[in-house]
Amino acid sequence: MQTKKIINDGNRAVDEMLEGILAAHPRHLKGVDGSPRSIIARDGPRQGKVGLVIGGGSGHEPSFLGFVGKGLADAAAIGNVFASPPPDPILECAKAVSGGAGVLFMYGNYAGDVMNFDMAAEMAAMDDIEVRTVLSTDDVASAPRDQRQKRRGVAGNFFIFKAAGAASDRMLSFDECERIAGKANDHTFTMGVALSPCSLPQTRRPNFEIGPDEMEIGMGIHGEPGIARGKLKTANEITDEMLDRILDEMAPTRGDKVALLVNSLGSTPLMELYIMNRRVKQRLDDIGVPIHATWVGNYCTSLEMAGASITLHQLDSELQTMLDHPCDCAMFRAD
Amino acid sequence: MTTIDTARLVAMFATIATAMSADRDRLCALDGVIGDADHGIAMELGFSAARDAVVALDAGATDPTTLLNTAAKSFLNAVGASSGPLYATAFMRGAAAVKGRAMLDDGDVVALFQAMAKGIQDRGKAEPGEKTMIDAWAPAAQAAGETLASGKDLAGSLEAAAQAAKAGAEATKSMVATKGRASRLGERSLGHTDPGAASAVTVIEAMRDALTD
Repeated sequence: MQTKKIINDGNRAVDEMLEGILAAHPRHLKGVDGSPRSIIARDGPRQGKVGLVIGGGSGHEPSFLGFVGKGLADAAAIGNVFASPPPDPILECAKAVSGGAGVLFMYGNYAGDVMNFDMAAEMAAMDDIEVRTVLSTDDVASAPRDQRQKRRGVAGNFFIFKAAGAASDRMLSFDECERIAGKANDHTFTMGVALSPCSLPQTRRPNFEIGPDEMEIGMGIHGEPGIARGKLKTANEITDEMLDRILDEMAPTRGDKVALLVNSLGSTPLMELYIMNRRVKQRLDDIGVPIHATWVGNYCTSLEMAGASITLHQLDSELQTMLDHPCDCAMFRAD
Repeated sequence: MTTIDTARLVAMFATIATAMSADRDRLCALDGVIGDADHGIAMELGFSAARDAVVALDAGATDPTTLLNTAAKSFLNAVGASSGPLYATAFMRGAAAVKGRAMLDDGDVVALFQAMAKGIQDRGKAEPGEKTMIDAWAPAAQAAGETLASGKDLAGSLEAAAQAAKAGAEATKSMVATKGRASRLGERSLGHTDPGAASAVTVIEAMRDALTD
């Protein structure tokens, strides 16, 4: 049986969405003539500033283009649903945001994204634009600790892009922006849980099977299988299970500050996210880890998948400065 | 001996595109088990775009190299994903392998085929045994070369390639993925065919069908 979606044509879904987004956010976003999958910040790119290009597949809204704006990313390259954009729209983003100080490519660590962004970086070099890349690898569930570089990038992108966007908006050097981006990634840890599948607009079939009473801890944001499947537990038990893994890795000491993101994978409502957030707060209070700032809602989704992720971003004074730097994007604003 | 001209290569892309549309849902289902369920969509989209781009060329005034480069670019821009760079690189390397030839003889076609496999391997940096499309492409390229060298014609060489690809894809069931999206699954990828290897079989069989009489 096909899933229900409000679409016109599965093959046109991404382009029609982009038309709708540009119509909704003319103050923040603009397209590139002849390259409709390249979305640029109206206010952001400027001479002497490191350009920040983010991107990835569609279906994760508001990631990635919702985080394009002053103080955050300068541009996003948009792929098909769950598929990396090809090199051309990435290259057009790089050209549009290059201010002569270098362009940083930041995206989640997936084989397809790496190949396409690397090809775009080679093409940019031929246009005398120096590109460096910082991959996000925040998904604790996707590889063992000693293989952090193999992990996927998921909702923690939010904090990692935020730090790099602030660094570039503060006109820091290319080296500094790259260093801070890498450090933000090293300080960011995410765990997810999925309760029900999503379906691609082109197929409208559930992209994996899961029993009516089951959950899967560690599932990826494209429905990639996680680390353990079991019976659905209570919010407190699920939150504890996810948090235990994050804290085990982050190993905070009493007084270490964190920023927190409780993210819906698409259809899990705010009510459930806040119930999880309640438990996270209790647990962090218990170990004496203050929460500097909390975001709860849809930040990195997986179409209509039910489930959630918890991300902790371990702050030092530098990362806190970057986090507190104002930004004004189409779908996210911080003063 | 067969000779393959540009028009025949145009027809080959149409054959691959048709085969990929027919195979789309099976490939998505395979990908759903160990990946993100979009592989059939990407492959159908890519080969449909490649077909549409090469059909629009004037076959009489286009050499095989230009045709293959056109297919590569259109595939890449339609798809992105992993399969975009991999198949685009395959066709660009194939294009380079037959540069200067207006008509391709058996040896040219096998050289093109082997260059495609090499291109995929170079771009994806995968080795045989890592549960990727290379587990179909590498043995297929080897079988095509060996069969041609043994004195068989193009039909025999591509048939050997298709059989080797099929056996290679089947063998991915007993492999643990160490490359690509499924590598995060580790042992849980065991028992499942790699979708990229499965679609490689479809591509190679369609090439065999289109290039042999």
